[in-house]
Amino acid sequence: MLSVKNLHATVGGKEILKGLTLEVPAGQVHAIMGPNGAGKSTLSYVLTGRDGYEVTEGSATLDGEDLLALAPDERAARGVFLSFQYPLEIPGVPALTFIRTALNAQRRARGEAEITAPEFLKLARAKSADLKIDFDMLKRALNVGFSGGEKKRMEILQMAMLSPRFLILDETDSGLDIDALRIVADGVNALRSPDRAMLVITHYQRLLDYITPDAVHVLAGGRIVASGGPELAHELEASGYERYEKAAA
Amino acid sequence: MSLLTAIRDRDVAQLPSRRDEDWRWTDLRGLIRMLPPPSSAIEGDVGEGVFDELVQHKVVVANGRGEAVVDVPAGETSWVALRFVSRSDGAHAARATISVGAGATLHLFETYEGEGGYVTQTTLSFALGEGAAVERIVLAGDSPNGVSVSEAAVSLAPRADFAQTIVTSGGRRQRIETRVAHPGGHASLRLDGVYLLADKAHADLTTVVTHDGLDGITEQLTKGVVRDQARGVFQGRIVVAEGADRTDAKMGHHALILSDKAEVDAKPELEIYADDVACAHGNTVGALDEDALFYARQRGMNDAEAHALLTEAFVGQVIDRIDQDEARDVVRAWAAERLRP
Repeated sequence: MLSVKNLHATVGGKEILKGLTLEVPAGQVHAIMGPNGAGKSTLSYVLTGRDGYEVTEGSATLDGEDLLALAPDERAARGVFLSFQYPLEIPGVPALTFIRTALNAQRRARGEAEITAPEFLKLARAKSADLKIDFDMLKRALNVGFSGGEKKRMEILQMAMLSPRFLILDETDSGLDIDALRIVADGVNALRSPDRAMLVITHYQRLLDYITPDAVHVLAGGRIVASGGPELAHELEASGYERYEKAAA
Repeated sequence: MSLLTAIRDRDVAQLPSRRDEDWRWTDLRGLIRMLPPPSSAIEGDVGEGVFDELVQHKVVVANGRGEAVVDVPAGETSWVALRFVSRSDGAHAARATISVGAGATLHLFETYEGEGGYVTQTTLSFALGEGAAVERIVLAGDSPNGVSVSEAAVSLAPRADFAQTIVTSGGRRQRIETRVAHPGGHASLRLDGVYLLADKAHADLTTVVTHDGLDGITEQLTKGVVRDQARGVFQGRIVVAEGADRTDAKMGHHALILSDKAEVDAKPELEIYADDVACAHGNTVGALDEDALFYARQRGMNDAEAHALLTEAFVGQVIDRIDQDEARDVVRAWAAERLRP
């Protein structure tokens, strides 16, 4: 599925990723953990093609296709989805309009027919009920005036409706209370399938109690410095990142 | 000095120029070397208007021919489409007189529809009786080669309600001016505008409101989107005369500039000579939010789609203030068509 090799990337001329290598096979969930400033968010932006994040060396492919050569919307159409750490507020655009525009844009890019209005509404009602989101909230401007937890749930709703193949969750647990965390995790777990893969980026181990990863990687100093099973997350929670930061420095 | 007398006398020396403070960003004297001959009558049918389905009365002024008179008797309600159609390379002037009796309601849907390199001035006068209500919606679709000035003088009576929304795609030079004599007396005024400009289009939305009595309300929101080499001008002046206490006036102008060569000139002015007033204004000019653009693109919209969605949303906040549902839908569709690159 996702294959990242020796990835180097700069932001504003400063090198943040320094030879990152990572394989996430289809059907698996991998967690990336690391201290602040390790390059976690940079990795998510590089994989999704944000302006200002320049790849200077290395490769990133999805099912063999060069991701780095594609525009952000082309990557989205191929199934790459990023759940943002800080979801944007979009004044004047109802959430339903935003999601339908995105879904149809992806469908057109893939040469598929657009979703009809009744089909779309049916889908939106079903998915919002799963995530315990009040349907009327989807008629309001996307994320405007929403609480932190509501914004994160809205990200998972978009994810459920766009049905991506490769999911990146950037600090999805931040701002969530325990009930919201469980709802979000259920939403994410519902998307686990043999033909999908996920990268769960998190600072804390808490989220991984609900979304059990197949592998855990430690990102420090712009590289993966350790990898292991789910037990590595517990070990980090107990001992902290300090020794990895020293090793990376 | 006005386009009207210049057209009448075929005398360019009478055109407003950059030396006139109120016209410095919409210079006609520097643009027009020679006034064209008078426009001839439009032959044949002018076709249907975008608001025809919503109205009882349709008034068409074609190449300045025919004086439009709209008179709503006291207590009555009327729905009127008023179309100023210009199809020529000549010059012409048009006039409309609108009176709305005490307690009467007028829904006025005004359109400017142009083809060719015409020069035109439209002069409108509105007189509202006590407690009268007018919703004036203007869609200005002038020709990219047309020069058009529209001047409306509005006179309100106490407790009258005048709500205006102008949406324009500009012209070679275009100015839409509204002057309101506001008597206070709990009369309420809303003056909104949207300019959506591409290529070399120019639009100038100018308003002057004079509050002359106690307890007047004015609310103003103008938004613009300019791309390519287009130029948007907003001049908004609110004068609160001595003694016009308890005036409540708000003015906002916000523009998005989507290319390096596009330009927006804004002059919001509040002149306050009364003591007890609540007046506020805000003015911003900027680019689309890069974070929001990336967010939309990460969800699958291409660059053009993301721009269109976010700019529609930006001006949609003005269009949403239109009271009447069907009219709002017509305006929204008209605007969306002009925002898609």
